[in-house]
Amino acid sequence: MIMANIKPIRPDEIPNGPGAAAILAAGIGCAAMGIFALAGDAFASLNHFFTFYAPTGALSGVWTSAVIVWLVAWFVLSRRWAPKNVEMTKVLSVSFALLAVGVLLTFPPVMDLIQGR
Amino acid sequence: MEISFRDLMTVFHGMGFGALFMLAFSAALAELYRMSAPGAPSIPSAREHNLLLFYLSIMVILAWGAVLSGAYIVYPWYRAAVPPGVTDLADYPKFLLTSNPKTSAWHSLGMEWKEHVAWLAPIAMTMVAYVFAKYGPALARQKEIRTAVIGFAVVAFVATGVAGAFGAFLNKYAPVRGGAMIEIIAGEQEGE
Repeated sequence: MIMANIKPIRPDEIPNGPGAAAILAAGIGCAAMGIFALAGDAFASLNHFFTFYAPTGALSGVWTSAVIVWLVAWFVLSRRWAPKNVEMTKVLSVSFALLAVGVLLTFPPVMDLIQGR
Repeated sequence: MEISFRDLMTVFHGMGFGALFMLAFSAALAELYRMSAPGAPSIPSAREHNLLLFYLSIMVILAWGAVLSGAYIVYPWYRAAVPPGVTDLADYPKFLLTSNPKTSAWHSLGMEWKEHVAWLAPIAMTMVAYVFAKYGPALARQKEIRTAVIGFAVVAFVATGVAGAFGAFLNKYAPVRGGAMIEIIAGEQEGE
């Protein structure tokens, strides 16, 4: 992980790694929500796959999958970054970019534009 | 005074979870900024820190409660398929909206946006609560983390606003109704 361990940690300091892991994982989870929502909307086979609970339709699988991706990402990043200081500027840029992906891909006109509707 | 079971559940979803979560934002954002901004007038006490952490934790519960109750209780009623032979669409809100070009965008834009964007809020607020629990007043020394916390919280606020506003409009044009009637207060009939 190129973002990790860039600064030594002072004895009285909480490393920024755990915070960075939570922030980046939240960005990944939000992006996953948008990507899965678009995929479920664009492909009938994925729409069927995401139907974990029939009364709720594909939304049930879209959110469940996004939450799993978010939690797995958080777990993995936390394990790697917990005792470290990481390069927060990069983490922040990537996290906000992923958040923007999540916001844009959940907006129906953008979904339709990508699908050429 | 009575209300249908589905109406009551919709009120719990929208007002009990969603609106309370929305109302909690302004104080949370102001307190997060006040307690963690550099040059804050005083270092928050342990009690103030714990109080805000409790407040954020309640917000996380409200956020998850709103999206889960929406997805698993109200949304199935909203999108229920119309049985063959049924022509009155009043109990099938999605199909009531999409049957008329003047109302179809309430579903194709409103509901389809709301049902997805709302999920960003609990993910973002869970992160915000965790980071505040982890760092607390030390956030003042972590400028980038503070920026992320406030940025994600603002996006969660906007996402909740979109979901809440469309939820209110959708319930106006195609309310989710039905189920057993629940009498809240026995009224009196105005007599002659």
